[in-house]
This record gives sequence, structure tokens and C-alpha cells, in this order.
Amino acid sequence: MRRAPLALVIPAVLGLAFLVLPLVGLVVRAPWASLPRRLAEPGVVSALVLSLQTATLATVLCLVFGVPLAWLLARADFPGRRLVRALVTVPLVLPPVVGGVALLLVFGRRGLVGSWLGFSLPFTTAGVVVAEAFVAMPFLVIAVEGALRGADARYEEAAATLGASRWVAFTRVTLPLVAPGIAAGAVLCWARALGEFGATITFAGNFPGRTQTMPLAVYLALETDLQSAIVLSLILLGVSVAILAALRDRWIG
Amino acid sequence: MSTLDAHLVVGLDGFRLDIRLTVDAGQVVALLGPNGAGKTTALRALAGLQPLTDGHIRLGGRALARVPPEKRPIGVVFQDYLLFPHMSALDNVAFGPRRRGLSKRDARAVAAAWLARVGLSGLESRKPRELSGGQAQRVALARALAVDPALLLLDEPLAALDARTRVDTRASLHQHLASHEGAALIVTHDPLDAMMLADRLVVVEDGGIVQEGDAASITAQPRTDYIARLVGLNLYRGKGSGHTVAVAPGFALTVAENVAGDSFVAFAPSAVSLHPERPSGSPRNAWQAIIAGIHRHGDNLRVQLDGPIAAAADITPAAAAQLRLVAGQAIWAAVKATETRAYPA
Amino acid sequence: MRRLLGLLLVLSGCGVPANGAVTVFAAASLTEAFTRIAAESGLNVRFNFAGSAALAAQIDQGAPADVFASATRITIDGVAPVAFAKNQLVIAVAKGNPKGLNELSDLMRPDVKVALCAQQVPCGAAAKKALASVAVQPVTLEQDVKAALSKLKLGEVDAAVVYRTDVRASPDVEGIEFPESADAINEYQIAVLKESPNRAGAQAFVDYVRSEKGMAALVAAGFQR
Repeated sequence: MRRAPLALVIPAVLGLAFLVLPLVGLVVRAPWASLPRRLAEPGVVSALVLSLQTATLATVLCLVFGVPLAWLLARADFPGRRLVRALVTVPLVLPPVVGGVALLLVFGRRGLVGSWLGFSLPFTTAGVVVAEAFVAMPFLVIAVEGALRGADARYEEAAATLGASRWVAFTRVTLPLVAPGIAAGAVLCWARALGEFGATITFAGNFPGRTQTMPLAVYLALETDLQSAIVLSLILLGVSVAILAALRDRWIG
Repeated sequence: MSTLDAHLVVGLDGFRLDIRLTVDAGQVVALLGPNGAGKTTALRALAGLQPLTDGHIRLGGRALARVPPEKRPIGVVFQDYLLFPHMSALDNVAFGPRRRGLSKRDARAVAAAWLARVGLSGLESRKPRELSGGQAQRVALARALAVDPALLLLDEPLAALDARTRVDTRASLHQHLASHEGAALIVTHDPLDAMMLADRLVVVEDGGIVQEGDAASITAQPRTDYIARLVGLNLYRGKGSGHTVAVAPGFALTVAENVAGDSFVAFAPSAVSLHPERPSGSPRNAWQAIIAGIHRHGDNLRVQLDGPIAAAADITPAAAAQLRLVAGQAIWAAVKATETRAYPA
Repeated sequence: MRRLLGLLLVLSGCGVPANGAVTVFAAASLTEAFTRIAAESGLNVRFNFAGSAALAAQIDQGAPADVFASATRITIDGVAPVAFAKNQLVIAVAKGNPKGLNELSDLMRPDVKVALCAQQVPCGAAAKKALASVAVQPVTLEQDVKAALSKLKLGEVDAAVVYRTDVRASPDVEGIEFPESADAINEYQIAVLKESPNRAGAQAFVDYVRSEKGMAALVAAGFQR
């Protein structure tokens, strides 16, 4: 094997260090001795469970709406597609807190939709899911659209000549073809949803057991007890890394 | 009665396809033409993958132009087969029957039978990437035939195969086409495939039909440079008068036939002889030419000639050595009138 | 991690004093009052407004400050903090009090959605004490007082328990005083820091804050003496 050029290796190593050192900081400063006790605190477990549940539900929501949206962007020809694609990425550039306010203006008690929806999303677990899905969906849509563009559209044509409607061609041929892309997108989406803070606390508020996810618990713990915040962060980190590693082996690897 | 009766008009930017096609049940027609002639566009239009700008498609009396591809009784073998990579060979072939309403079990039974017919028993569970080129071609054929199409379309069915596999696959494809009861249309740029597989040839250039007929009549009397090159002939068009045809300003060829008006003259490269001096004797066509290029052609050398007319001459390496041929050299070319064929344009 | 935070702060240059300038780290709730005081005093003051806990952490990591004004008690070794103002909780409601709330027990009404601060932040800790006698079920425990107030302004809640000064600074809400808030009065402390590079200037600023003029500005902002 040829030696990698130093001009690439040096910035690569620096980049890796930049990403990993903060984690090292967390691990080094963690109060390991008190970790089991803190883990057993009721608030911690409920925040963790809530985080995992809402991130998973948000990912499901993103899959249900995001995959068809990605298909539309990749395959259908309609006026204003460029604009639509740009709009899809808006949550990426929007500060999450602003996203939360925007969600309130739409789904809030006096929001555009919320006022005739009959029920109120803010301060509910459903609200957490909505906030996370809003922020995480672009990751899924972009990943799936990329996979669809990479997949040969003529397979859909071949399916059509064999009698498959567009829907059947999509579900039987296209979806399995881009499954790795969808899985990668879903993982990104789930990870983003799991770490979501700004939109969640703004839109869904913070109430233990109902809307207080791990990132919110970490943020509030920071106000009073740095050690506790580190422990919570490590728990979130450990659980998410374990789940992602397990999924990767099964689906993506 | 003809099973397929189509008038295909497709306008794409800067290109217009306008051809009329008829194919009888049981007949195999080859759509032959150079790249970019519109062959594949015609095939896609028949399959419903490319909307018609104008014209009609009738198959067994049924109008299809506005029918979506999945509702047309048409099977397609794509150039690179497009076997679904995530499905086994069996599931690929069963896909069509399943869509046409068969139960999963029945569809698989039909698929297994088709795989057996194309000689692939035992490979049912292979994924496309585990198949050789020839095997993949046969799975693609089985998949297209498994829906029992009234019209079978094949897009360059042998183009992706290496020379050796091609011979075998061509033979087995010929057999399956012969036993297919519906109409079949092959798109190809390979004259050998066209002549060996099809009952009738339709030659397309620049979006229009330039010649059609059986292989013998087309090779005997090519009507365009493209066809002439395909069948290996020198071809000229000019004004005929008695036994001469004026094919270039101030240059006429003497021919055996008696022709009048617009005429073609064709002769084989092997009919052209080369001489250092002007040849004398017998009624010959002789002209001074410049050698534009020399390259191997089978056991012989093919010499490209410039001059009053462009022509190809085939000579033996021995003759070439004797003549000390080099590019740019001036030389005399000659063709006997009896070796030419002249026919009305 | 704290060390890194402090380092970033120094690197970013927001705490480096100019010649003769006084650098004041002050609780966010003091923003309006202190800005006015600085202008009136004629002193060259540079502010860093943030949550009291965050400021304390920054000072602890060596951020170059002359004065620290906190919404809570200052517990830094070697400094002598003095109390200079008090802040009291009120029930904030939308202008015109559409739900007709009058007293703390009205927050228990099922049709009234209430936002409190999380216990981990000062306004939440204070609210917990003040609301000890009533079983209020808040819909959310916000990360800070401004967030609680913005939920009210957006109409998502009907009431928020916040500081008087916050209500005073927001034109579209009004405050309802309640006697139970006397149990949870927030005492603000101010101190010249030990490491201050400009002790004279720092002391001058603290003196001005505690003067009649300074007090007037604080009261105008909703603080109590």
C-alpha cells in the first residue's frame, strides 16, 4: 500500500483529535464512583427512556413522510423543485430555538394550525416528537434523496414493463435498492433527534417524565451540578453509541 | 393480420423519430441502425416508457398509445438486462407473473418453468451478481417471456456479451424467438445479430426508416452508405444512362446493368484491384487514387482510397508488399464492370 | 471542561479590560438597570451579562472581571459581597389579565396553564418555596425566566411565575403580586473581585450602584431595596 500523503494525514489526525478530545474530557472528568448511584435516580431513567422513545418515534415519523418526499425530489418532475429542495434543508440552517418558536406559531395553542386542531401539542410528549422530527427530517430526506439519485431509475421502468404500477415498483424495487441509504439516513435522523435540545425545550417545554429528554436534563443539571451533567451526558452517549453500533452491524455493515 | 401496427412519432429536442412498423405474430423484426438513429427511442415508445408526440400503436387491434407501460402486453429485454439486484433469478422471473395476478406460489412455479426452458435449472436462488453475462441474458429473456407478451422487445440483447458467449447465446435466443408466438422486435446496431435473428430488417437512420426487407435484399442492394458499410460494400449514387452511372463530377462508373435516372452502384472492396500504372485491356473502371490509410481486415489489408470517389479496397498482404503501399501514395484503382451492381435509387 | 470554557472566553477577548475600564459580570436580570446606571455614572464600564451560575463559573476559571453582581449569594473566597437589591416573584399574565387571576390559588384552576422555572435555576428554586402552600401543576419547567416569560407572550401558557423586574421589562405582560412571594425573596449581591486589575474603578462602580441614584435606577427596573 502506498503511504498516505502527510498533507492529508496531519489535518485528518487534527480533525479526529478535535472531535474526540471533548469526549475524552467528559470521560476523564466523570465521577465514575458515583455513576451507579446517579444512574439509579428516577429522573435519569425516565429522561433516558423518554429520549429513546421520542427519538425513535420521530425517526418513524420522518421515514413515513421523508422517504416519499425524497422520492418526489429525486424522481418526479415538477415546477419549483429546486425551491422545494432548498426549503427541505431550512431546518438545518435554522437555529433550533427559532425552529421551536416557529413550531409554536403553527402548532401552538394560538398557532395557524393549532388553533383549529382541537388539541395542543406544546408541553406534550407528542410535541417533543414533532420538534425532534422537524429538526431531524432534513438529514433523512437528504440521505434518501442521494441514495435514490444514485440508484438507476431504469429499474423502475423495468418493473413497469413487467406490470408493476409506480407504487408497486417503488415498494418492491426502489425501496429495497435504496435500503442502505434509507438505513443510513434513519440512523443520522435518529442521532440528531436524540441530541435535540433547542427546538424541544422551546416547543415542548421541560417537564420531567413528559417532555424532559436527556439533553434538557443535562442542560438543567449544568445549572447546579456539573458532575451530574457529565454523568447524564455520558449515559446518553454510551446508550446511543451502543445502539448505533448494534444497528450498523445488522443493517448497514 | 399484423399483430403490431405502429406509427411512432417522438419529438425530442433537436431530434425527431418518425417511423411506421408492422410486425406479424410469430415474426421477428430487427430495427437496425447506427447509434443515435432513434432505435432505442422507438423501443421505449412501444413499451410506453417514452410518450408519443404523434402517431399510434395498435397491438392485436387494441390501441396502446395512451396505455401506461404496466398495462401493455409487452415484454422487454433491456440492453444491460436490469435484473433486480436484490432478488434471486427466480424472483426476478416471477415478478411479472406475480404482478399479473398469480399467487406467489403459482408465479414461482411459472418462473421455475421458464428458467428451465432457458436452461438455467439449478440457478434459481442465484442473485444477478452471481450470474455470468450469458446467464443473466437468459434470465432477462425468461423474465420478459414469463408475462406471455403479445410483443417482445429486445434492446441490443447480445451487446453486453463477449464474443464467445455471444455465439452460443445468439443460437439459443434464435430458438426461443422461433418458438415465441407473439411478435418480436429486436433493436440492434449489429448486422450479424439482425440477420441471424430476424425475419425482416428495418434500417433506421436519423429517426426515419431508410430501407426495409429481408437480409438478402438489403445486402444485395444497400441504399445508404451506412448499410453499404454494414454489409461491406462500396456504394455510390448518381445519374444512370445506359451502362454508365455518373457518381461524381466528371467521373462515371461503367456497369454491367442497363440503368436510367437516379441509380446506385455497389461493389465489394475485394473487387477493387490496385496497380502502380494505369491498367490496360478489358472494359474496366480505372481511376487514379491516393492511399488515405491501410489497416488489417481479417486475413487481408483494407486500403482506404481518396480520389474522384472514396473507396475501400481489400488486397492480400503479399500484393501490398509487392506494391510497397504507403499512405499518401498515388496509385491506380480498377474495378471490372461485371463486379459492380447497379440498381435504381 | 470548565477550564476549556474559561480559556475560550479569554481567547474570544470579551473579558479583557481596556485602560481605565471596569469590567462588570452581572446577572442577566440586571441588564436594563445596570446599563442605565453605567450611563448615568459616567464611568467607563464594560458588561458581561449572563446567568449568575455561568458567570460564577467563568470567574472561577480566571475570567478577568473587576466586579461581580449576582442574583444569588456570592460564595467566592476572599471577597466581601454586599447585598444591594431584592427581587420578588409575581404572577405574570397577558396584558388585561384575560383569565381573571387574582391570587396564587387561581393557578390551580384546571383551565389555567402555568409555566414555572426549573428548580435548578434561581427563579425556579424561589418559585418552589413561594408555591409550597399550593398544589400547582405546571405544564413546563423552563430553563430560565425569559423562556418562561416567552411561553406566556406566545400564548402557550396563561400564567408564569417570574420576577417583578422581568414583568417590568416586558410591555405586553402584567404582574400580579402575591403575599406568598415574601417567602422567596431573591437577594442580589455585588462584590469587587480579588483579582481585579482595576480595583479603584471597580469600587467606584459598586459605590455608585449603592448610591441613591443607583438605587433609583434599580427601583425603576422593579427591584426593591
